[in-house]
This record gives sequence, C-alpha cells and structure tokens, in this order.
Amino acid sequence: MTSFNEQYPPASGAAGAAGAAAKDAVAPRARRRYSADLSALGEPALWGFGGALALGIIMIAVFLMAVLYNGATTFWPKPIEKVELTDGTVIAGVERRGTIFRPDLARLDEDVRATVEANDGFAYRTLYQTANFDIYGDDFRWAADFEMAGITRPEDMYYFERQVWGVFVGRIAQMQIDGQRMDYDPDVFRREQAAARERFREIRRIERNEIGRINQLIERERLAQRRAVLRQGEEAAAPVVAQSQTRIAELQEDFQVLQARVNEIRASDRGFRVTLEEVGGRQIEPEISQIVRYFPANTLGWFGKLRIYVSRWIEFVSAEPREANTQGGVLPAIFGTVAMTLLMVIFVAPFGVITALYLREYAKQGRITSIVRISVNNLAGVPSIVYGVFGLGFFAYTMGGTIDQLFYPENLPNPTFGKGGILWASLTLALLTVPVVIVATEEALAAVPRSMREGSLACGASKWQTIRYVVLPKALPGIMTGMILAMARGAGEVAPLMLVGVVKLAPALPIDGFYPFIHLDRSFMHLGFHIFDVGFQSRNSEAGKPMVFVTTLLLLALIVTMNATAIIIRNRLKRRYATGQF
Amino acid sequence: MTETIEFEPTAYHVKKSNEGPALEIKDFNLWYGETQALFDNNLEIQKGQVTALIGPSGCGKSTLLRCLNRMNDLVDGLRIEGQITVDGFDIYAKGVDVIALRKRMGMVFQKPNPFAMSIYDNITYPLRVDGITKKSILDETVERALTQAALWKEVKDRLQESALGLSGGQQQRLCIARAVASDPEVLLMDEPCSALDPIATARIEDLIEELKGTYSIVMVTHSMAQAARVSDNTAFMYLGRLIEYGDTDTVFTNPQKSRTNDYVTGRFG
Repeated sequence: MTSFNEQYPPASGAAGAAGAAAKDAVAPRARRRYSADLSALGEPALWGFGGALALGIIMIAVFLMAVLYNGATTFWPKPIEKVELTDGTVIAGVERRGTIFRPDLARLDEDVRATVEANDGFAYRTLYQTANFDIYGDDFRWAADFEMAGITRPEDMYYFERQVWGVFVGRIAQMQIDGQRMDYDPDVFRREQAAARERFREIRRIERNEIGRINQLIERERLAQRRAVLRQGEEAAAPVVAQSQTRIAELQEDFQVLQARVNEIRASDRGFRVTLEEVGGRQIEPEISQIVRYFPANTLGWFGKLRIYVSRWIEFVSAEPREANTQGGVLPAIFGTVAMTLLMVIFVAPFGVITALYLREYAKQGRITSIVRISVNNLAGVPSIVYGVFGLGFFAYTMGGTIDQLFYPENLPNPTFGKGGILWASLTLALLTVPVVIVATEEALAAVPRSMREGSLACGASKWQTIRYVVLPKALPGIMTGMILAMARGAGEVAPLMLVGVVKLAPALPIDGFYPFIHLDRSFMHLGFHIFDVGFQSRNSEAGKPMVFVTTLLLLALIVTMNATAIIIRNRLKRRYATGQF
Repeated sequence: MTETIEFEPTAYHVKKSNEGPALEIKDFNLWYGETQALFDNNLEIQKGQVTALIGPSGCGKSTLLRCLNRMNDLVDGLRIEGQITVDGFDIYAKGVDVIALRKRMGMVFQKPNPFAMSIYDNITYPLRVDGITKKSILDETVERALTQAALWKEVKDRLQESALGLSGGQQQRLCIARAVASDPEVLLMDEPCSALDPIATARIEDLIEELKGTYSIVMVTHSMAQAARVSDNTAFMYLGRLIEYGDTDTVFTNPQKSRTNDYVTGRFG
C-alpha cells in the first residue's frame, strides 16, 4: 500500500494548496479509504433490476398459467349433480364455480338466519349450469349452501350438446322407432344418433356446396342481366336477358332436385324419435340429428371422458360455431385470422422494406429525412382505432366505393368492395404495422458494415447491385425480425378490425371452391374479435366464459406458431445467405 | 498546425518501369468539408511496380489511396482539386464512369471483408456484376484468381462453402483473389496486413512479390519494415503533404529530408 501511495499521491486540496512551500514540512496525507461501498458496487440497483425482472416474469407466468389451465380444462367433461333444495324444487346441472355472498337475511328462515349470522352474514353458493334454456329460459342457477337438502349424482343423467338451444341436461325417457315405443337402449340410440349426424352432415354438404353453387350461378346470371341492361339499354339487352332467364330456369330445376333430395334425407330422421326428460319431469322431443354429442356424465370412465375431451377439441378447431358462438368450433375465425395476417404481411413487407431502403440508402440525409423518420416512428403510436376509422373511410368507402362504381355497378346499391372486408382489413393493419417494419429494416441496413459495401463497390458493382447482392442479404434476418414483430402486432390487433371487416359470424370463408376462389371483399371472423364477442356480447356471457379461455389459448398458440415459423424461415435464410449462391 | 513544412520538388530517382506511369497524381488537393486533408500532392505510380505509401497516422495516405478509385465519393462534403490520370484520362473529369474505373482498380482493405457468400461466389462477384454468367469463364477465373492469391490448394475442395469459415489470413488472400478476379491494372491495398498475424503477413508479402509485374500495386502500410521489404518505390507523407518519394532503398537508407529520416529511423510516428 505504501508504494502505491508513493507512486500516486492523492491530489488532496491540502497538499495542492501547500504547494512547493510546504515541501520540507510534509503535510499530513489526507486519509482515504480504498474500499468500495455498496452503492459503488451497484448491489441495491442490481436487486432492483432483478426484482423488476422477476415481477415481470411472474406476471406473465400467472397470466399464461391462468389461460393455460382454464383453456385446457374447459372441455373436460364434468359430472352432473342433482340438487334437492329445501323448498322442494330439484335442479340438475354441472357445477361451474362457487363464491361467498351476503344473503338477504330478512328473507331467510329463522334457523338459517341464525347460522348465516353466526358466519358474519356470509354464506357460500354454487353456480350450476342447469342448461335446458328452451324449458327454463336460463342456463344457470345459483344454489346457496343453506338451501340445499341433498346432492346426488344419478347414473341416468345425460349431458346433451345440441345444434340449437344449447345444452340439455336430463335423462332419456323413451325411444320410438317407426312408431314403435320402446325403452332406452344405449346401443340402438348410439347407432341412430351417429346415423342421424351423418345425414345431417350430408344435408350440410349439399346445402353448402351444391345448392351454394347454384345460388352463386343464379346470382351471377342476375348480375349479368343487370350489367347488360346498364351497358346496352333495356331493349338491346333483351335477348341476353332472355337467354339468361332460361339458364336461371334450368338452374332452378337443378335446385328443386337437390331440395327434394335434402327433404328425403331429412324425412328419414323422423323414423326415430327420442323423448328427453329434464329433472323436473318436463319432456322434450328433439330431432335426433340436432344432438351433436351426448354422454352419461356420471358413469363415464376416464377413457370415455378423454374421448369426449378430444372430440370437443377436434370440433373446436375444425367446425363452425353454434349457439351464438358460445359452442362449437372456431374454424372460420382461425382461417380468417391466419388469412388476414398473411395478407397483411404480403402488403407490409414490400412496402416497408422499399420505404426503408430509399430512406436509408438513397435519400439525402438531412432535415427532410429526419422529419420523415420521426413521423414514421410517431405513426406507431397512433391509437389503432384511428387506423380503423381511416381504413373504413379511405379504403372501404373511398377506394372500395370507386371500385364498385367502376367494376361492379350491376350490384349497386349493394356494395361489393365498398364495405369492410378482408382486403381492407389487411391493408389497414399493414398501415398500422408498417412503421415497425420500416424501423427494423432501417436498423438492419445501418448495421451492415461499411466495409462490406466498400468491398462490393470496389469490385465495380453499382450501388443497386451492392444493395441487392450484399446489403439486403446481410440485412435480411433483421428485416425478418421486423416482419415477425409486425406479424405479432397485427395478429393480435382487434379494435381497427371491428370497423373494417370483422363480423360476429361469417360462415363463408374468404377462400372457397367458387370462382374466383379468393374473395377479398368478404367479411371474416377473427379470433381476437371472437373473444370479445363471446365473452362480452353474447346473450349469456356466463355460457361464453369457458370459450373465452379456450379461444385465447388458441389465439396465443396460433401467434406463437406463426412467429415460430417465421423465425425458422429467418434462421434458414440466415444460413442460406451465409453459405450461399445468390 | 503551426509548423511550416518546406516544400520543394520531392521526387528523385524513382525506380522507373519501361512502360511509364500507371497513375499520375498532379497538384492534388482534398478537403473534408472545411478541413484540408491533402495538399498539392504530385506522384507518379509506375507500372508493374510496388509503391508503398508510408507516414504517421492521419497523414492522408489512406485518403490518397481511396481517391485513386474514387472510393471517397461515398463521403459527404468532400471536395477535390487537381488531377489524377489513368493512362492520360482524368478520373475526376465530368462524365467518368466510376464503375468502369473501379473495375480497372482492384482494392484490398484493411480488414478482410469477404461477402457472406460461398468462396466461389465471392471471387466471381466482380464478373457477375458485369453480367458474365458463363460457367466455364467463371470456373477459369476462380482457379486463376485463387492460384494468383496462393489460396487455390487450400480451398479448391470447398469452393461452395461459406467464405466466412476461412481464417483471417485466408480471408484476406480471398479478398486479394477477388480483387484480381476481374484482371485489373492496378491493385490498391489499404494496410492489407494490419489485421493479420506475422505468419499470415509473411504470406501476403510473398504474394505481393509475386503479383507485382502483373499489376501495379499501391500499398498503404504502417509498417516501415514491410514497406522496405516489398516495395520498389516509397512515398513518405506527413500532414497531408508528400514529403519524399523515391526508390525504396534510397528513402530508407539515405533520405533527403530530415523528417523522413526521423520517421524511418523511428524517431517519431
């Protein structure tokens, strides 16, 4: 230590002021500690940083766990409980959740009031999904602990998922085959139900594909007539119209044939009838083809439950919604989300990259480019609903309206492109995400080392060749990262879409088998909007609640999948351009 | 910059080639914005010879080198005066095709800068940007350039692999191969060995020895030993001025200017 201090005498004020005069009278050296204290080492700050990170991770983990748990357990079949209440009524249903509440003491009986009061006025109640909306007028019922007389799980209780009216909880009273009454026989019922569902799907297929095609053709003929009239005038178009009319008549004949077939199939449903009875004894006679799925909730083994669970998931991802979206599948929404996101990427990629290229490589760096850059960055902060309003006003009404007048006058006043649709929605989102792509691309371009460009230029390459062959490949992973961010942002965005093309129910997908196959003018469904709609806009938000979790889980999974795919593509490109031919 | 620098004709018994000068630099001045970086430089680069530019950091030797193929065009606010001629053509005249000019001047940089492509694509790059796609020509060029750069034996079996997988010395030789691929007249080397270890440096120096004669080489170097070893002529620059230019042996053993003497003997710089 001595030698250290001799070598580097501390420049303390006292020694400096004394100066050369105090040379012989050596001034006492100022004491100084050479250890570092806690704040110098940054320990408290480190704890803060670590704590903040931990907090963030915990919040995200809790959120993910909640979604994952609720989403994953929703479809697991739960037992049906038959609850006898003290007032003599009997309810049967699936337990949904329980909560503590404060009952109205004045309306309680003496002894009950005493128990509740002993409990500080609180009591516990359970929400049962009693279903049978067509009979009860409600799907759910609260039952407080003090009003329950007994809970049983009768073995003959069945859980029916129906095409309409939602779930039915009850027992199968009797069956009727060709007018012959008989007792419930599980094997016969299963066989008849499967056959009826098969017929139901057949009818769906005919209606969707064949009758759909005929409707499409008739509509096209009708439009062709109108177009001819609009272009050539009433009289000149008369032969065209007459020809078209005969074609329509032919199509209508085809339609009659198909309709007869549908009726025939439907008639065979009537051979088998079933009577269901809810717990109070009231009976209904549903069409068997309307029963999507049924199972004896209380006698089902683990394997049987797993089968129901899997079949529900399959239906969820591969079928259309039923019951105001609270049941069934979300295939149109999955399709709409993916199609819209991909379209958005197709629009945003060239636009953003070209803009960034010009801004970074060609534009003279100066005040104007700075202003443009700042404006682009600020665009990322504009509320997305504003983009929605702009998209509706500019894309749908102005551009779409013009397109309609130029190309689809025969369809007016019905708009073709002059309303929200998947094209306008993806353009709006492209506009929303283009700043992300521009900023990422600019950064990726700036990160390409100068030596690379100089090497290329020194080889006699032009500026464009340098950009094309050296700069862009090198920047591509960075550009892809921007694209991934844009995609994640776009896929999760809902607010602007509600204005420019997302609807509650759109069974017709934007891509189908009818000419011109890709219908960019169509409205579409979106998982994000589906969550909003099911959770908060349906007739019975309690019924939709499980669907919210499942749909959220699916949307998250979808975004993760799309991003993972993009990342894999990026990494492959990275490798390819690292080794490669151009 | 208070000191005054004596200014008189500085070039003397330069080792001349019989073909005359490849490049002539006449009264060349250069400004970066308001700052003048080069002052009245006059220099004749001899054909087929190795010319070394030496001098302390910031003396403008790299700037001068980068003016020879107009690489400095990329710099904003650059202004020049004077002439640089190649075969009598002023390269800073209006309407000069810079791309064509650069094709006559191969350039090797301080740090190896192979492109993120295969070895083959790196070397054929100057040809492909010219639109040459014929496989036989490309193959022939790759073999010739790699042989010239003494790299052929090492990489001939992995031409399709990434150039980034090569070692630093190999990468720099690859860059030399790329520079000679389009068969230029002049090779410009901007401290080609500064990022390399001694063994790789020795190989590059051998290479320069072999390439001279075929190409006129202008080389910026920080290492006086290197300049003494490989160059025929040496130009000493100081504060943007050309102080002394002459045949390497004379500049190193019997410099005419005291400042050159101080520098080559290691008294400053």
